Amino acid sequence: MNNILEVKDLNISFHTYAGEVQAIRGVNFELKKGETLAIVGESGSGKSVTTKSIMRLLPKSNSEIKQGSQILFDGKNLAELSDKAMEKIRGKDISMIFQDPMTSLNPTMKIGKQIAEPLIKHQNFSKAQAKQRALELLELVGLPNPEIRINQYPHQFSGGQRQRIVIAVALACNPKVLIADEPTTALDVTIQAQILDLMKDLQNKIDTSIIFITHDLGVVASVADRVAVMYGGKIVEVGTVDEIFYNSQHPYTWGLISSMPSIDTEDDELFVIPGSPPDLLNPPKGDAFAARNRYAMAIDQSEEPPMFKVSNTHYAATWLLHPDAPEIDPPEAVQRRRKQFPGNVTKGEK
Amino acid sequence: MGKYVLQRIFYMALTLFIVISLTFFLMQLIPGSPFSTAAKLSDSQLAIMNAKYGLDQPLPVQYAMYMGNVLQGDLGVSFQFSNTPVTELIAGRIGPSLSLGLQAMIFGTIFGILLGIIAALRQNTWLDYGSTFVAVLGKSIPSFVFAAMLQYIIGVQLGWLPVAFWRGFEYSILPTIALSIFPISIAARFMRTEMIDVLGSDYITLAKAKGASGYEIAFKHAMRNALIPVVTVLGPLTVSLITGSLVVERVFAIPGLGEQFVTSINVLDYSVIMGTTILFASLFIFTVFVVDILYSIIDPRIRLSGGNN
Amino acid sequence: MANHSDKRFPKAMFEPAQVDEKLAEKIEKPSLNFWQDAFLRVRKNKAAIISFIILMLLVIVTFVGPYINGYDSETQNAAHSNLPPRIDAVADVSWLPFDGTWENRSGEKLYPYEERGIEESYWFGTDKFGRDLFTRLWEGVQISLLIAVLATAIDMIIGVSYGAISGYFGGRVDNIMQRIIEILTGIPNLVIVILLILVLEPGILSITLALAITGWTTMARVVRGQVLKLKNQEFALASKTLGATDFRIIFKHLMPNMVGVIIINTMFTIPNAIFFEAFLSFIGLGLQPPDASLGTLIEDGFKVMLLYPSQLIIPSIVISILMITFNLMADGLRDAFDPKMRD
Repeated sequence: MNNILEVKDLNISFHTYAGEVQAIRGVNFELKKGETLAIVGESGSGKSVTTKSIMRLLPKSNSEIKQGSQILFDGKNLAELSDKAMEKIRGKDISMIFQDPMTSLNPTMKIGKQIAEPLIKHQNFSKAQAKQRALELLELVGLPNPEIRINQYPHQFSGGQRQRIVIAVALACNPKVLIADEPTTALDVTIQAQILDLMKDLQNKIDTSIIFITHDLGVVASVADRVAVMYGGKIVEVGTVDEIFYNSQHPYTWGLISSMPSIDTEDDELFVIPGSPPDLLNPPKGDAFAARNRYAMAIDQSEEPPMFKVSNTHYAATWLLHPDAPEIDPPEAVQRRRKQFPGNVTKGEK
Repeated sequence: MGKYVLQRIFYMALTLFIVISLTFFLMQLIPGSPFSTAAKLSDSQLAIMNAKYGLDQPLPVQYAMYMGNVLQGDLGVSFQFSNTPVTELIAGRIGPSLSLGLQAMIFGTIFGILLGIIAALRQNTWLDYGSTFVAVLGKSIPSFVFAAMLQYIIGVQLGWLPVAFWRGFEYSILPTIALSIFPISIAARFMRTEMIDVLGSDYITLAKAKGASGYEIAFKHAMRNALIPVVTVLGPLTVSLITGSLVVERVFAIPGLGEQFVTSINVLDYSVIMGTTILFASLFIFTVFVVDILYSIIDPRIRLSGGNN
Repeated sequence: MANHSDKRFPKAMFEPAQVDEKLAEKIEKPSLNFWQDAFLRVRKNKAAIISFIILMLLVIVTFVGPYINGYDSETQNAAHSNLPPRIDAVADVSWLPFDGTWENRSGEKLYPYEERGIEESYWFGTDKFGRDLFTRLWEGVQISLLIAVLATAIDMIIGVSYGAISGYFGGRVDNIMQRIIEILTGIPNLVIVILLILVLEPGILSITLALAITGWTTMARVVRGQVLKLKNQEFALASKTLGATDFRIIFKHLMPNMVGVIIINTMFTIPNAIFFEAFLSFIGLGLQPPDASLGTLIEDGFKVMLLYPSQLIIPSIVISILMITFNLMADGLRDAFDPKMRD
């Protein structure tokens, strides 16, 4: 079995004063050994909640992973693991990088100690060993003068440097899975590229599987092997990078692709997906995207589309792939890309 | 750092100067005070006052003389206690007040901080509600009401502890509790808010993602960061202790500064009122100064460079 | 992964749907304005709601109380001095202290009503001059509330204007105004209040004034902070571009956005003023007889605590209830208005 992590029928709700928000509604995906899976989607689509639930980092007071949800890792269902057992996995087998490096380091703790912490905890390193390893890690993530910097506090580093430190913390125990939650969003464009290069480089060196969350398709193209597109608490399309970029089937993915600037674009204006995300307090009946979908059909208003198979690696949840669905013309940008797709453009088989 | 400290010292001196001036001029306005023209003083008192304060001199001269005296540590003489110097009176009374105040401060902040941490870690459980309830009571019930109730119930009705006076440690227990109820509630509420704030921050999530246990998160990561801002409540707490000492010492008949201050207000012993006022103000101003400096030392994020916004 | 069924659907369902462009732009979540949102939150805070109800009841009793038992607060009657509380309707309920008896230090029961042959009942007893304490209590609460509300109102006016001017005009004006506040807050309030009352002589007006003079700085600071935050937001800038006067911008555009914080601050100031009034009475700087406030009643009660505890306990309970309910309401409002707490 080369799946290192499998998520099956994940359902998560938040209890708020207004009622129950069904943030994640039946998500399925798997992460293969050594691959990078990108999860894309707009704010509120559930991508961060999904990954936080893998780490079991959602606040216990108001969130609930529903019965029957499975997060399978190393033969264990993380959704049902005890807190104590979970602590042994976090930072050791699965670790995480967060969006804002400015706030993700403890401001009153020297960075050396912050890097050493998981080593002492999980690998039973002595303090001296942990320090030695911390120095190596700082070197590895490309921070100059580690001997001096190891004794400094986070406020003495720039944003890009801090993200390197966060990466060093995450990689300290050579985790099997690394979850990166928009690790470059808060950084300058030039620093973004450096951090992405660093991550790719490190993945080759230590052979980790990465889940990469982003809303930036440009970033996806440069790091991911496979892509899952999330909308309204569900995965609506999943496939290899080529399949998603050159042969996407879901109108929402079309929207994302059309709204991405490219050098081929002749129009001056970028495409914008109209409307706003669905209210997950009262999830809409049928296809959650129907209200914003210009290709919507009558069936979208009442029936939820299943995952239609496009190829062995490519699935999409849209009724447009049903054999009875009419032929439609995807947006121009999508058609242009399809011409570059190596495989044939086929209609989904039921 | 040096520049910042100098700036703070300047402000401290300026505030103190204003307090002394304010005290002096307001005293001039009080009807019947020896410093006002309507004063009725005996000849011997008048002679002393004339010598000391130049009451027969014009106002600006009196002001200058008074300032000079205060700067030399001379706060004048009491009328009530046959011309005893005010500094001597204060020196004789400061012992009980200081030990009571320190006891209440130490007990109050430590107990309050613990209560706040427990409440934050067990948010929305009965422990949290319980400590919030204690904090609301402590903040709401006036110290003299609380002191009188403690005295009546524990001292008089149950007879567990001495009702009044200052003759040893067990005499200090009830007054300390009465005086520390406000510090407890302030420290507890502040600590709870800070702690919850810190517990929701990204670096705590990262610490969790590293596999830190609940205990490590609470005490290694969160507590230190939450404790730093709590230092800032020491200023308001000092005020509350001074305010509280006036009434608590009165309720328990403790021969301290507060009790003396209240007495001197009631018999209009002006120089004692002035002297004690200046002492209280200095104490408060100095505490605020120390807190500011302390804060900048213990928080590695603050690099002092003059302004402190 | 393909988890769909083989259910067949009629062809008609695959016709393009009528997509209403307007519907697509519709915001799915029902939008609540600031006040509705805040109200929803306050309503959830049970402690605040219960406090509000208790406080309202207390205020009603305060204003009706002095007229319902037929006594007035100033008539002295030496024969009726220091009577214990007696309420005929509940005199037989043994756990309620309204049976008209005292217990002295040796545990002996005293029956002053019977001993002195007094027919009428004083609900909360009488003081050493034989004045009805029920009537005096509510009149005292009236005065305490009056002082607190008045002082708070003055606080609010000075604080809001000062803060708004300082924050809005900024620059040197702000700098100077802030230095002044810094020095004022460096002086303990206690000192200023005591000195002022010594100068002005205790009375409703002087106490109110002393409280107001020391209390406004907090409000000024909060309002200044808000103005600094709001004045550079687009709606204020837009209004400025359209030629609105400074006065109009401050009062028409900035003020409505600050109502929340101003209310919260006011709610915290009122109990503070109630406390300070009582505190001053307790150290001998309160109202002069025959006027009574909560503070002077507690002070009088404290003097006779050992003999007639009810004279201390009753006003103590009332002031505690006032303080607790005000504080809980203020907490509730703060949580409701504070966007940081949104979950």
